[in-house]
Amino acid sequence: MPSLGADMESAILMEWLVKEGDRVTKGQVIAEVETSKGVIEIEVFEDGVIEKLLVEEETECKVGVVLAIINSDSEEVSQVKVESEEKIVESQKELVVETENERLKISPIARKKADELGVDLTKIEPINGVIHLSQVEAMSKTISKIPEKKEKVKKEKNGMRQAIAAAMSKSNSEIPHYYLSTSINMTPALNYLAELNKERSIKERILPVAILIRGVVLSLKETPQLNGFWLDDEHQISQEIHPGIAIALRKGGLMTPALLDAQNLGLNDTMNSLSDLISRTRTGKLRASEMTKQTITITNLGDLGVESVYGVIYPPQLAVVGLGAIVDSPWAEGDTLCVRKVMQATIAGDHRATDGRIGAQFLDKLNQFLQKPEELV
Amino acid sequence: MDNIITYREAVRESIRKAMQEDERVFLMGEDVGHYGGCFAVSKGLLDEFTDKRIIDTPLSESAFTGAGIGAAMNGMRPIVEIMTVNFSLLALDQIMNNAATLLYMSGGQFNVPLVIRMATGGGKQLGAQHSHSLEGWFAHIPGLKVLTPATVQDAYDMLTLALADPDPVLIFENSLLYNSKGSLDTKVTPLAIGKAQVYKEGKDITILTYGINLFKVLEAVESLEKEGIAVEVIDLRSLRPLDDETIMKSIKKTHKVIIVDEGWKSGSISAEIMARINEQAFYELDTPMARVCTVEVPLPFAKHLEDEALPHAKKIVDVVKKVMGVS
Repeated sequence: MPSLGADMESAILMEWLVKEGDRVTKGQVIAEVETSKGVIEIEVFEDGVIEKLLVEEETECKVGVVLAIINSDSEEVSQVKVESEEKIVESQKELVVETENERLKISPIARKKADELGVDLTKIEPINGVIHLSQVEAMSKTISKIPEKKEKVKKEKNGMRQAIAAAMSKSNSEIPHYYLSTSINMTPALNYLAELNKERSIKERILPVAILIRGVVLSLKETPQLNGFWLDDEHQISQEIHPGIAIALRKGGLMTPALLDAQNLGLNDTMNSLSDLISRTRTGKLRASEMTKQTITITNLGDLGVESVYGVIYPPQLAVVGLGAIVDSPWAEGDTLCVRKVMQATIAGDHRATDGRIGAQFLDKLNQFLQKPEELV
Repeated sequence: MDNIITYREAVRESIRKAMQEDERVFLMGEDVGHYGGCFAVSKGLLDEFTDKRIIDTPLSESAFTGAGIGAAMNGMRPIVEIMTVNFSLLALDQIMNNAATLLYMSGGQFNVPLVIRMATGGGKQLGAQHSHSLEGWFAHIPGLKVLTPATVQDAYDMLTLALADPDPVLIFENSLLYNSKGSLDTKVTPLAIGKAQVYKEGKDITILTYGINLFKVLEAVESLEKEGIAVEVIDLRSLRPLDDETIMKSIKKTHKVIIVDEGWKSGSISAEIMARINEQAFYELDTPMARVCTVEVPLPFAKHLEDEALPHAKKIVDVVKKVMGVS
């Protein structure tokens, strides 16, 4: 089970897309797993033949658990196969024991009493895998005073919410954010797009968000310090630009899958890749790499009329770019006051990695690009 | 007034008293008269009541049980003695299809105030065909009442209760109990049919049992108490109807239960009790319910094998400890 995110501990193997004996090639999607962030496809990293599927569908596995044995085509691996197989059988046994232990057994009266006394059953160490009444009673005695009867709040356990909560808490407690904002005249870019889209069918049209992403990506090329990670007290700049695009899900929640290698995508490709990414995000068909490789986040709340977005950085990334609504605003050009399409662009940066000056340079570049949209193609 | 007598004497005294008090009462069965009963329960009664009321029957359980049903329907209060439960199978049609159903089939016109006594149980090296413990089977049948006296007091009282009941009552006397002694108070008001008795109170675990196993349980309890386990012992007394209230009350106190039953596990009265506990007191349980029953084999003849196949004190101790999580 690969790690599909820094905060992932386990995931449920939902479906095998291959069976034993199938030949697989590098990059092929062989399984779907459900993490707290959604359903993700698992790719294979070697060519070979699926020798054994070790985990049944709908089983929850910890990160690192062996899911399947692939008999690789390289000779070297075949030779050590027997040995490794034994090891795998061993680890498989451990896995079985683990999953058996996972379901906590609580006697009916213990559960009832715990409910009455407000005892948290997860704080009790089971004896031989079972929690009995006597343990609940003992635990209730250690609680100095019984808390006042609280109104029962309906607790909704939502994996995605938990994941977002963990990441955002970590971010706000660890990352010293700085925030910068600038107003950008979007009229040239929108006029340019209108011209461009004139000749195109509805399907082929470029949306403003694509040109904005393209602008952000090109600006990041000029200010690469904002693109990468802060890991182990070290500033790591990424050559590839994989912006995580914040996408709201219909059922609630938010995902920020990566638009991979955006530095290589022209305007049309950016638009196409974005459409594809959005539709796969909403159908839960993201690839593992898209869940893990984000080097920066772009969030756009403009569709709701919000003018400025001050984001929280998704660790270990270095910055989050916020794009607000494009609104008709008074705009001074020289001595003339006119009405223009104006957007607030913001950036929240990790002050450990960069200073405000870098952020300011980024916003300045973005502004410049959007004034000369033909350079964004 | 308390006096120490045997279980056999208690049954005999109860029959004698009933026959003295009610001339409709008579006893019939194989060898109950001149021989004095296979287990000597009716010894001496022939002289006292003559062969008009102590009747030796031919060896046909179906015939004399049927005769008893007919007599009961016509106003008599017969006590039919079937020598042992093993032979009751020959009278099963009469018991199940006539005694148990006639009140219903006659639209409420005919009660069958019949009492059938029989010896039950294994442990005497009588082999697989003569060692059955089938009271749980009979408890399956609506229309019957099934009593299992364990104590001298109940041996005396239950016959009185059964004769007073307007419908057929089966009394299962474990043949190993006939020589057991206990105190009898003939003045006390008997505990009604369908009432279990908390024989001994305890807070840690409930043991439900009946008949001879009450004493095996008490033997086990003695050694368990030395280890600090306080057992509540309930004598079920009646397998039909079962006293759900007393059973559930005890489980609400101890939250743990084992059932000791000489029947085989599959489809047994112990299984029925477990099902009821599950239905009525699941959320009171702190451990899975457990059972000590007879090993599911035809009961062996060889003594050491027979002893091991039946429930015994050590098995009960082991199961209690396992449930309590102590070794």
